[in-house]
Amino acid sequence: MTNDKHEAVIGLEVHAQLRTETKAFCGCTTKFGNAPNSNVCPVCLGMPGVLPVLNKKVVDFTIRMGLATHCSVASKSVFARKNYFYPDLPKGYQISQYEEPMCQHGYVDIEMEDGASKRIGITRIHMEEDAGKSIHDLDVDTLVDVNRCGVPLIEIVSEPDIRTPHEAYQYLYAIKQLVTYLDICDGNMEEGSLRCDANVSVRLKGVEKFGTKTEVKNMNSFRHVERALEYEIQRQIELIEDGGNVVQETLLWDANKNVAVPMRSKEEAHDYRYFPEPDLVPVLVSEEWINEVKKILPELPKERRNRFIRNFGLPKYDAEVITAEKPVADYFENAASHLSQKNSDTYKSVSNWVMTDVLRVVNERHIAVNDFPVLPEHLSAMINFIIEGTISGKIAKDVFEEMLKTGEEPKAIIERKGLMQVSDASVIEKAVDDVLARNAEQVEKYRGGKTQVFGFFIGETMKATKGKANPKLVNEILKKKLAG
Amino acid sequence: MSFVNTPAFDSYRLRLAAGKESCVERTEHYLTVIHQRSALNAFLSVFENEALEEAHRVDQKIKRGTAGPLAGMVVAVKDVLCMKGKRTTCASKMLEKYEAIYDATVIERLRAADAVIIGKTNMDEFAMGSSNENSAFGPVKHPLDETRVPGGSSGGSCVAVAAGMSTTALGSDTGGSIRQPAGLCGMFGLKPTYGRVSRYGLVAFASSFDQIGPFANSARDVAHVLQVIAGYDERDSTSANVPVPGYLGAMNRNVRGLKIGIPKEYFTDALNSEIRSAIEKQIHRLKSSGAEVVEVSLPHSEYTIATYYILATAEASSNLARYDGARYGYRAQGARDLSEMYTKSRSEGFGTEVKRRIMLGTYVLSAGYYDAYYRKAQKVRRLIQNDFLDAFKKADCLITPISPTTAFRLGEKLEDPLQMYLNDIYTVSANLAGIPGISVPAGKDHQGLPVGMQILGKHFDEETLLRVADFLEAA
Repeated sequence: MTNDKHEAVIGLEVHAQLRTETKAFCGCTTKFGNAPNSNVCPVCLGMPGVLPVLNKKVVDFTIRMGLATHCSVASKSVFARKNYFYPDLPKGYQISQYEEPMCQHGYVDIEMEDGASKRIGITRIHMEEDAGKSIHDLDVDTLVDVNRCGVPLIEIVSEPDIRTPHEAYQYLYAIKQLVTYLDICDGNMEEGSLRCDANVSVRLKGVEKFGTKTEVKNMNSFRHVERALEYEIQRQIELIEDGGNVVQETLLWDANKNVAVPMRSKEEAHDYRYFPEPDLVPVLVSEEWINEVKKILPELPKERRNRFIRNFGLPKYDAEVITAEKPVADYFENAASHLSQKNSDTYKSVSNWVMTDVLRVVNERHIAVNDFPVLPEHLSAMINFIIEGTISGKIAKDVFEEMLKTGEEPKAIIERKGLMQVSDASVIEKAVDDVLARNAEQVEKYRGGKTQVFGFFIGETMKATKGKANPKLVNEILKKKLAG
Repeated sequence: MSFVNTPAFDSYRLRLAAGKESCVERTEHYLTVIHQRSALNAFLSVFENEALEEAHRVDQKIKRGTAGPLAGMVVAVKDVLCMKGKRTTCASKMLEKYEAIYDATVIERLRAADAVIIGKTNMDEFAMGSSNENSAFGPVKHPLDETRVPGGSSGGSCVAVAAGMSTTALGSDTGGSIRQPAGLCGMFGLKPTYGRVSRYGLVAFASSFDQIGPFANSARDVAHVLQVIAGYDERDSTSANVPVPGYLGAMNRNVRGLKIGIPKEYFTDALNSEIRSAIEKQIHRLKSSGAEVVEVSLPHSEYTIATYYILATAEASSNLARYDGARYGYRAQGARDLSEMYTKSRSEGFGTEVKRRIMLGTYVLSAGYYDAYYRKAQKVRRLIQNDFLDAFKKADCLITPISPTTAFRLGEKLEDPLQMYLNDIYTVSANLAGIPGISVPAGKDHQGLPVGMQILGKHFDEETLLRVADFLEAA
C-alpha cells in the first residue's frame, strides 16, 4: 500500500463508553436495549432549568485509564461545553472537557510487524457525555432516541506517532485490551461502545513537517480501521504523486463499497464555541484518590502475559492468546489453580484445552467465557484424571463434550458412563488374546517381519475395550504376546 | 412601603394561630386584588382553585398544630421557575405552551414549609431586561403610576408584593433583576450569595450569575423566605454546602460598631442628586446610631457592565440553545429541512432582546474572538471579585445606589439597548463577584417615586444585610 518514498502519519481518537451503572450527570440507568426514550429524566432530556451532577464513578474509571496509560492525572480538571445543534443533543451542547482535561502525556506500547516494540504517545484522555441516536431510516420522519444521552465516555487522543494501518490496529487493540482489563468498557466496536476516528496525512520519508491531514470517521470494526487507513493513505499518496493537493476534510468510511466519502462541508463547518461549563464545579482529584485507584488497579495484559510465561512456563504464543482477553486469562488461572500436579507440562495441558476446546466453543456459540458451561475447576478435574491415568486423552474428549452438554463434574460423567480407564493387566491380556486369536493371519505377518501391522493390533484391542484400556499397558502386553 | 394592606408575617402568623384570620381568607383577598389590578399585568398564571385548596389544607394544619414555618404565607413565583404540570413560559413565545415536568427545588421547599403558591408572574423574556417591557405577554406596569415601568426582569413578582397580590414573591437576579425592580417599587428584594439557594428548576439565563431570591414588604419577611429556600441541594453542584444560620435571630436592630463602606466609584457626579441625598440620609442614620462609615474603592467598576454583558450573554447563548423546536416549545411551520426548522423556530419564537443577547454571546465565544472577549472578561471578573474582597477587609457591608434613576416611563429606553444596559451599572457587580445584595427603600423623589438603596455583603453574610435593612426599616 505505501510506497518507498512516502510515509503516513496517523493519530487516533478513540471513544470508549464507560460501563457505569448510571449516566454521567443524572441517575438514569445506562442499560442497553431498553425501549426508546425510557432511560430518561428531566436532566438528560435537557428540560429547562435542569442541572448536571457528576457521577463520581466516571472520574474513577477515567483515573484508571489514565494510570494504565502512564498519564499524569490532573489534580484539577474542568468540564466545558461543546456547542452545536442536533436533534439528538437535547441541550444544544455536549458536556466535555477542553482546555483542562483529566489525563495528559501518557503512552501505550504496541508490537510492530517485525516483533519490535513501539511506544505510541497519548496526548490526553478526557471525560464527556454521549449524545442520543437519530433514526433516519424509517418512513415517518427522523426519530430520536435519547436513552444514550448522557452515557459517559472517555476520549483517548493519541499523538501522531502511528505510521502504518497495522500499527493503528495494534494500538487500537492495546486500548481495547486495557479498557476491558480495567473493566471500564466492554470494548465492543461493532456495538459502538468503542469508536475510533483517525487523522491521516502523508509526507515524504525524512521530511519532518506534516502533510495536510484528513479525518476518517465511521470505522465500526478493527478491520474497517485497517482497511480505511490503507485506502486513505493510498488515496493521498496517489493524489500527491499526480501533482495534486490533499484537502483538509472529513471522510466517512463506507465499509460496503470500501471507499471513504467526504462529508458535506456544511456538516463539518462547526465552530463549537467551547467554554467552561458553569453548571459544574472543577473536578478535584486528590493524591489519596489516585492512590486508592492504584490499589485496585488490576494486572494489565502485558504484565499478565509475562507472568504466564515466567510462572507457568507457557510458550509466548500461548500466553498471548490466553491473556488477550481478561476473562480467558481468568479462566485459565482458575483452572490451573485446581491442578493436582502443578508443572509446566500440566499447565501447558490446561493451555491446550483452553486454546483449542474452550475458545473454539466460545467462538462457535458467540458466548462469553464467563458463561462457558464447563467450569474451570471441572476442566482441571478432568485433566487431573488424565494425569492420574483414570482416563485417556481420547476418552477425555468425550468427557468434555458431555460436560459441555450437562455442566456436570467429570467424575460423575466418568462413573455414570463407565469411562474409567482399564489398567488391570489381566483384563487387557484377555482382550489381547482374543484379538490375536481372531487375526492369526496378521500375527503370522508380524512375526514374519512385517512389524508395521502393530498399529492394527493396537486399534483392535482399543476397539475391544471401548477405548478404555490404558494405551501404555496395551502396548507392552501386545509386544510381549506377539514376541511369543 | 406597602400600598395595600399586607401585614408583616410575624404578626399575621399570631392572628392565624389565634384563629382571628385564616389562610383561605388571606388567599381570597389576594385573588381579589389580582383581579382588581389586572391592568398591572403582573401575573401570567393564577392558580385560583389550587391556591384556595392549598390554603384550606394549611388552615387545617394550623388548627392541628402541624403547620410549617411559612404556613399562611401566600407566595407568587416568577415564571422562570419550574412547577410540575404548570406552564413555565419565561414570558417567551418559545415556551408559551410549555408545561414543566418537575418542580424546582425552591418550589418543593416552599410547599414543604406550607406556603401557598398563588400564581406565576410576568417578567422580561428569559429574564433579560431591566424594565419588564421585554415580555411576550405585554409589560408589567408600575403600581404607583401605570405609565411607568416597575423595573425588571422580575417585575411581575415585585409588583405582586408591592400591589398587595401576595405576601412575598420569588424572583431571579442575574444582573440586578430582583434588586432593581425592588428599588423602583420601594420593596425589599434580596439577591443571595451565589450558591446560597439551589438553582435546580430555575430556567437558566446565565448559570454563573443566576440566583433566586425573595421580594417582601419587610426585611423580616425576606428573612422568613430565605430561611426556607436557602441551603445545599445535591441536584445543584454549584449550591454551597455552607450551614444556613438563623436569619431572624440576627436582626437585633443594632448597628453599633458596624463598619459601612461607601465605594467612591458609585457616588460620582453622574449620580442623580435626589437619589444621592436620599441615600446619604440613610447613611447618616446609620452613623448616628453608632455605625462607622468608611470610604472604600472598587477600582475596576468601570469595567463591570462590559464584563457582565460579555460573560452573561456567552452563557445565555449556550443555555438557550435547547430551545430549537425539536423536542418541546415553539416550532415554526413549513420548514423544508432541519436547518430551516431551527432558524425559523428560533427567529419566530424569541423576542428581539433575547436574540440580541444570543448573537452577542455567540460572537464572544466564537473562534478568533474568544480570547479578546470571553477570556479577557473572565480575567476582569476575577479582578472585580478581588476589589470586593479588598473592600470587605475594611467594611462589613457596602452601601450603593441601585439604579441611576427612579422608575422611568414605558418605552423611554426601549429603543436604546445600551441605555437600558447602563441601568444595571450598580447591580451587576454583585453577580460578577457572587456576593449578596439587598434592596432597601430609601425614601421618595420629588415625583413621589420610590428611591432604592443597595446593601452589599460578604459571601454568605446575608445576616448583616438583613440586620441593616431591618434597622433602617424600623427607625
